[in-house]
Amino acid sequence: MKAFLILEDGTVFAGTHIGAEKEVISEIVFNTSMAGYLEVLTDPSYAGQAVCMTYPLIGNYGICEEDKESLKPWPDGFIVRELSRRPSNFRCDVSIQDFLNENDVPGIAGIDTRALTKILREKGTMNGMITTKEYANLDEVLPKIKAYVTGKVVEKVTCKEKYVVEASKSLEDNGPISGMARFDKEKYLAGEREKKPSLVSELNGTGLKVALMDFGAKANIAKSLAARGCQVTVYPALTSAEEILKDAPDGIMLSNGPGDPKECTSVIQEIKKLYDTDTPIFAICLGHQLMALATGADTYKLKYGHRGGNHPVKDFATGRVYISSQNHGYVVDTEKLDANVAIPAFCNVNDGTNEGLAYVGKNVFTVQFHPEACPGPQDSGYLFDRFIEMMRKAKAGEKVDASKLYGRAGEGNDAAETMKGEVR
Amino acid sequence: MPKNPNVKRVMVIGSGPIVIGQAAEFDYAGTQACRSLKEEGIEVILVNSNPATIMTDRDIADKVYIEPLTVKVLEQIIEKEQPDSILPTLGGQAGLNLGMELEESGFLAKHNVKLLGTTATTIRNAEGRQEFKDLMERIGEPVAASQVVETVEDGVAFTETIGYPVVLRPAYTLGGSGGGIAHNKVELEEILENGLRLSRVGQVLVERCIAGWKEIEYEVMRDSAGNCITVCNMENIDPVGVHTGDSIVVAPSQTLSDKEYQMLRTSALKIISELQITGGCNVQFALHPTSFEYCVIEVNPRVSRSSALASKATGYPIAKVAAKIALGYTLDEIKNAITKKTYASFEPALDYCVVKIPRLPFDKFITAKRTLTTQMKATGEVMSICDNFEGALMKAIRSLEQHVDCLRSYDFSKLTIEELRDRLAIVDDQRIWVIAEALRKGMSEEEINEITKIDIWFIDKIAILTEMEHALETEELTPELLKEAKRMEFPDNVIARLTGKKESEIVALRYENGIRAVYKMVDTCAAEFEAHTPYYYSVYGGECEAKRTSGKKKVLVLGSGPIRIGQGIEFDYCSVHATWAFAKAGYETIIINNNPETVSTDFDIADKLYFEPLTIEDVRSIVDIEKPDGAVVQFGGQTAIKLTQGLMEMGVPILGTQAKDVDAAEDRELFDEILEQTGIPRAAGGTVYTAEEAKAVANRLGYPVLVRPSYVLGGQGMQIAISDAEIEEFMAVINRIAQDHPILVDKYLMGKEVEVDAVCDGTDILIPGIMEHVERTGVHSGDSISVYPAHTIGKLVKDKIADYTEKLAKALHVKGLINIQFIAIGEDVYVIEVNPRSSRTVPYISKVTGIPIVDLATEVILGKTIKELGYEPGLQPEAKYYAIKMPVFSFEKIRGAEISLGPEMKSTGECLGIAKTFHEALYKAFLGSGVNLPKYRNMIMTVKDADKGEAIEIGRRFEKLGYTIYATRSTAAALNEAGVKARKVNKISQESPTVMDLILGHKIDVVIDTPTQGRDKHRDGFLIRRTSIETGVNVITAMDTARALVSSLENKAQSEKLELIDIAKL
Repeated sequence: MKAFLILEDGTVFAGTHIGAEKEVISEIVFNTSMAGYLEVLTDPSYAGQAVCMTYPLIGNYGICEEDKESLKPWPDGFIVRELSRRPSNFRCDVSIQDFLNENDVPGIAGIDTRALTKILREKGTMNGMITTKEYANLDEVLPKIKAYVTGKVVEKVTCKEKYVVEASKSLEDNGPISGMARFDKEKYLAGEREKKPSLVSELNGTGLKVALMDFGAKANIAKSLAARGCQVTVYPALTSAEEILKDAPDGIMLSNGPGDPKECTSVIQEIKKLYDTDTPIFAICLGHQLMALATGADTYKLKYGHRGGNHPVKDFATGRVYISSQNHGYVVDTEKLDANVAIPAFCNVNDGTNEGLAYVGKNVFTVQFHPEACPGPQDSGYLFDRFIEMMRKAKAGEKVDASKLYGRAGEGNDAAETMKGEVR
Repeated sequence: MPKNPNVKRVMVIGSGPIVIGQAAEFDYAGTQACRSLKEEGIEVILVNSNPATIMTDRDIADKVYIEPLTVKVLEQIIEKEQPDSILPTLGGQAGLNLGMELEESGFLAKHNVKLLGTTATTIRNAEGRQEFKDLMERIGEPVAASQVVETVEDGVAFTETIGYPVVLRPAYTLGGSGGGIAHNKVELEEILENGLRLSRVGQVLVERCIAGWKEIEYEVMRDSAGNCITVCNMENIDPVGVHTGDSIVVAPSQTLSDKEYQMLRTSALKIISELQITGGCNVQFALHPTSFEYCVIEVNPRVSRSSALASKATGYPIAKVAAKIALGYTLDEIKNAITKKTYASFEPALDYCVVKIPRLPFDKFITAKRTLTTQMKATGEVMSICDNFEGALMKAIRSLEQHVDCLRSYDFSKLTIEELRDRLAIVDDQRIWVIAEALRKGMSEEEINEITKIDIWFIDKIAILTEMEHALETEELTPELLKEAKRMEFPDNVIARLTGKKESEIVALRYENGIRAVYKMVDTCAAEFEAHTPYYYSVYGGECEAKRTSGKKKVLVLGSGPIRIGQGIEFDYCSVHATWAFAKAGYETIIINNNPETVSTDFDIADKLYFEPLTIEDVRSIVDIEKPDGAVVQFGGQTAIKLTQGLMEMGVPILGTQAKDVDAAEDRELFDEILEQTGIPRAAGGTVYTAEEAKAVANRLGYPVLVRPSYVLGGQGMQIAISDAEIEEFMAVINRIAQDHPILVDKYLMGKEVEVDAVCDGTDILIPGIMEHVERTGVHSGDSISVYPAHTIGKLVKDKIADYTEKLAKALHVKGLINIQFIAIGEDVYVIEVNPRSSRTVPYISKVTGIPIVDLATEVILGKTIKELGYEPGLQPEAKYYAIKMPVFSFEKIRGAEISLGPEMKSTGECLGIAKTFHEALYKAFLGSGVNLPKYRNMIMTVKDADKGEAIEIGRRFEKLGYTIYATRSTAAALNEAGVKARKVNKISQESPTVMDLILGHKIDVVIDTPTQGRDKHRDGFLIRRTSIETGVNVITAMDTARALVSSLENKAQSEKLELIDIAKL
C-alpha cells in the first residue's frame, strides 16, 4: 500500500506503508545509529515524535525482545528506507513488521531518508504527517500538521507505580553479554566456559540504594546500576521529593525522558527540593536539563537535535573524549549558567554545546548524553562508577564538591558561540 | 596535545613491491600520510623500492630513495639523512618488520631516532603470537585455544589435546603466507613445517578452528591521550576460514544487533587501549553465530588493507589522521576533512551499504586451485556503494571486469540439486553464483546456510536477486518492475537478456519513465552535517545531490578498476598524475573508479569522485549529469580504453589519441597497412577465430608461433605454441570466453626485446629513453627485467627505434602517450606491439629520467607542443644512472600455479635498482625483489637441451662464486663434460635422495629450471618449481635471468657498500 510523509513545509515523500494502518501527525526527527533500531523504538524519549532512521537497512536482525528499553515502542511513527524481508539473528523473536503491527505503530518505507534528513538539518526539526491517504490539496492538512505540539509527554511515559530492580548478586547475573573470558584448557575440555561480563568488572555498588526518577527511563539505566550491585527503586515522575527521601536512598538518579523540559514545571520544583538535600544526584538527558532548570539555568531547542551513537563528548575532568549515545532536542544554555551554581563538565566536540554539568559545592553531576548506551557506545559507562563512588563518599560522611572534581569553569561558552542559526 | 616540536625530519618506510597481501593500499596510505606530514612542515625522507607508486614521486616527499628495503640499506639511509624519527606503521607488514628490526638491534637508539606512533613494545605485543595471547588473557579478552610452537612435534602434540581441525598462522608474515587449516595429521605436518620456515621468527600459532563463525572487523583509532574511536566495522559474508582479503565484505555489519555490535566494539577499544597503540589498528573477531561467544582473531597495529577499505567506505582518512596522531595531535584537535566542521574524534555514520569483492587471479593461473583459505590470494579488490545490499552486490560484481555482470554469469544450471549441494561445500570465488543456482533450483535458505555457514540474511538477499531475474524473464516489463530491477542495480544489458529485449529498448523505456541513476554523497555523518567533499555513489530513486557545475572546462578521467596481474598500480599512478595535470591547466576534474585501495579514489585527488563500476552504462549515467567537455581514456589501462567507443556514442569527445587510431593499433589489418606505409617490419602472422584457421596459419608460418587474443592487457591468454596439438589446446582456453575480437597468430621471433614510452604532440615526439629487457622475447615484458638505458644495443639500432617510434606515433595520429615494444635481432628491428596509451613502465621511466611523462602527455592533449613545453623533440640524452626494473611474483600464495615465465604476464609487482653501474643496479634490483644471496651456496640446475650451452657458462660463473651445483642427469652430464663440477641428483620418481629431498632440505639458494619449449607438461619440472616456491627457494626459469643473477652476485662479491640515490634530485 502507498503511504505519504507530508512535512509542515509542504514537502511530500511517497513510499510504501509499513506497520499499523493509521494516520499520525508528529514531530519528525532523525537518528543516525546504524544498529539498535529496537532500542530506539522502545526509548520513551521518542514519545511524541516520529523517528527516521538514516541507516537504510532496518530490521536485519529482527526484534530481540530482551533488548527492549521499555515495554513498548513509543514513537508515533517510524520512517525507513527499507525494511528487511527476512530477519536473521539467533535471538530474533519476531520480525520488525510484526512488531510494528502488534504495537500499533504506523510507518513509511521506501522514501529517500537522506533527502528527508537534509531537510531537517537545513530547516530544523519540523512536524509531519504519515498517512496512506493521497491528499490532493495540501492546504487541507498543513495547518493541522503545523498545529501539532508534543505536549506533556513525561506523564504519558512514566511508570504508574514505583517498583524495585534488584541488585545483581554476582557478576554472572549480568549475562548474557560476555565473551569467553579466558581459555582454561581443563575447564574447556570439561565443557565449562568461564563467563565474564564485558562491561562491569566489579560489584562496586553492593549495598547501595538508588532512587531512580522515571521521566521515561530507558531500562538500561536501572540495569547499569543493578549490574554494579545497587538496588534501584524506580519512582513515577510525579512522585514528591518527600516521598523519595522518606525511603532514604543513598543516591538519586534522574532519568532521560521526552519533550520540552520547561513543560515539567511541577517536577522541576521537586528536583529543587532534592537538590537542596545532601543526597548525591546523577542525572541523564532530560534529568540533566530539569536539574539545570531547577537551579536557575535555561534550556533551548537545538535546530535538529543530537540523535545517534557517534557523538564525541569531552570530559573536562580528564580531557578525554568519549563517543556517546545521544537523543536530545533541547540543551542547557551555558551562557546563562551561574558559575556559582554549576559549571560545565562535558561538551560536545562537534558543536561545542553543553553535555554535562558539575554543581558547585554539591555532590551533583549531570550529563546530556546516555552513559547507559543501548543503543550506542558503552564508553561512558564509567559514569555510573563515578556516581557510586560519590554515594560511597557521602555515606562515609565525606562532603564532595562535584564542580571541583569534574567541572571546568569557563568552558563551553566560546564553543557554543560557534553554533550559528540555533533556534533559541 | 599539540604537535611534538621535536619531530622535524621523519623517515617513512614504504611497503615495497606489490605482492598478494600487500598491495596498492600502502601506496594510498603512504601517499596520504606523507602529504599529511608535509602539511605540518615536516621534512619527509621516503624509502620504498617500488617505482610504480605515487608515494615515490619527488613532490610527495623531500627525499626519495627507491632502494631495496633491507635493514642494511635503511641503516645506511639513516646514517646519511639523520632523521629524528621513523614512521614504520604505514608500510604494511614489510615496513613494520623493518622498523622492528632496526629497533631491536639498538640501531635506532644509537642514532637517536625515535619510532613514531606505536612503540616497539606495542608491536611486539600485537604481533608476537605468545605475547598477544598472554595480553588478551590478562585483560580477559577471549582468544581461540592456541599455542605457539616452534617445532612440528610440539604442534602435533598440542593439536592432539584440542582436536582437529586447527588453524595454523605463522608469525610475522603477510597475507597469511604459509598458513592454512589442517584437518588431519598429514596436513598438519605439511603446513606446519612450511609455516615454520616462512615465519621470520620460526613460530607458528596452532589454534582451535573457529571456521564457520561470523568474521567481524573493527577499524580503530587511538591517540596519545588515550582517546579511541572506531572508524567502522565490517562483516565478512564468507565466515571465518577465508582470509578477509579474499572474502566478500560488507560495511557496516548487517546481521549484528546493537548488543553484539557494541560488545565487539567495546572489546576492540579495550584491546587498542591495552596495547597502547597510537594511530590506526585493525581488530578481527570471530563471533559465534548462535551465541555471544567471540574470539579475538588478530590485531594489526598499523594501517592495513582493511583500513584502506574502511577509509573509502566511510570517507574517514585513516592514514592521514594516523600520521597526525604520530606527530602528537589528539583526535579532538584534527579537523574532519569532509565536513570541515566536526573533528576526527567522532565515528562515521553510514547511510548506505558498502560491498567489497576480491579480484582473484584464477583467470591468469588456470591450473591453480580456486579454493579460498586463510592464505590470501586476491591481487586486488573492488568496492561499491549503494543504499541497498542487492544493488551494492550487483555493482561490485560488474566492477570486477571478469566477464561477470550478474548472478548468472557463471553457469551452474546443469548441476543437479545433489551436485549443487556438493559444490556448495567448496569454498571458492564462485560460491555466490552457486548459491544463486541452488536457490533457483529450490534449495532452502536454511540448507544453504547449513552447508556454507553464510548468514541467512545474505542468502535471502541473493534470493531476492534471483527472484528479480525470474520476474524479468516471466513477467511483462512494466515501468514499476524496471524501476525495482534498477533499484537493485540490474544493468540494462542484463535486463535486456532476461526480458529478451534489446538493450536500447531498455534504455529508452528507462528514460521515458524517468528511471535514472541519481547520486548521493559520502559524507561521514549520514547527512547530519553539511559536507564539502564531492564523493558520490549512485542509487535509483530519490534526490540527486551531484550538481552539474559549470564555469570551468570539465574533464572525465577514467580509472583502471581493480588491481590485477597485467594492470596494476602503474595505471593508477597515470590517472592521478593526469588528474593533477588537468587541474593545473584549469580544468575541473572528475574521476570514476571502483578500486578502494588506490590513491585515485581518495576524495581530494579530483574535484569530484564517482565511486562506480566502469561500464558504459554506469559512465553514461554520470555523463548525463556532468556533461563533461571531454574524457581521457589513455591513462586508465585497458579498462578505460574499452569505454572509448561508448563515450563517443554518448557524444563525449575523447581527448588525445582518437578511438579509430586506437583501433588501428589493435586491428590486425589496419595495423598491417600502417606498417606497410611506414616500411616497418614485423613478424609475419594472421588473424583467426577457430583452431582450424589457427593451425593453417601456424603451419604456413612454421612453428613456433605466438597465439594471443587481441585487445587484452598483460598478454592474457598469450602462449607460444610448437605444435598443432598445442594450438588446439590454447585456442580452446582462449575461446572459453566469447571473443569479441579475432585471435592473432604470429611467427615467434627470438631476439632482444626493447620497449619505448613516448609522448607525441602530432608533429613532434619525445622519447624519454629506451628500455631493454634482460630476457629474450617469449617472456612477457611485464615479467622481464627491464634496463634503462639500453646498454647492449648500438646507436644504429637505437636510432632505428626512435625513427620507428616517431613514424608509428604519427601514422596513428597519437596525441599523448604511446608505448611500443620492439624486437632487435642484430641490426634489424621488428615491431611487436603498439599501445597508444599509458603503460606499466611510465612511472618507472618518469622517475629515472626525471621527465614527467604523464604531465607532458596531458599538456599535449590540451594542445601544447613538446617544444612549447621546453623539450627538444626526439630521443632524450641518457641518464647517468642505470635503473633496472625487476618483476616480483606472488607464486607462493597461489597453490598449483605454474610459475615458469612465458608470454603471459604473471608478476604482481616490481621494484627498482638504481646505481651508477649496471651490475650494482642489477644487484640492488635483485635485493629489492627479495633475492638476498648467497646464503648456503648450493644450487640446483635442470635445464632443457637447448639451454645446456648457456647453462655451462652460467654454471661456471656460479662455481667460481663458491657454489655447489646439483643437477639432474642430463644437465649434470653436460656440465661435467664441460668441466663444470656438478653433482647428479635423482629425479622425483627415482630413489631417494631426489631433487625434491634436496629442496626440502632447505640448504638450496636457487633452482634454475627451464621448462621444455611451450608449456611444460612435465610433472617433475612443475613439482620442482612449485615445491621450491612454496618452501621459499628462489626459482629462475629463464637463462637470461640466471645470467643476470650471477652477474649481480659477482658484483656483490666486489663491493658490499651500496651507493644511495635520492630520486628527488635526479
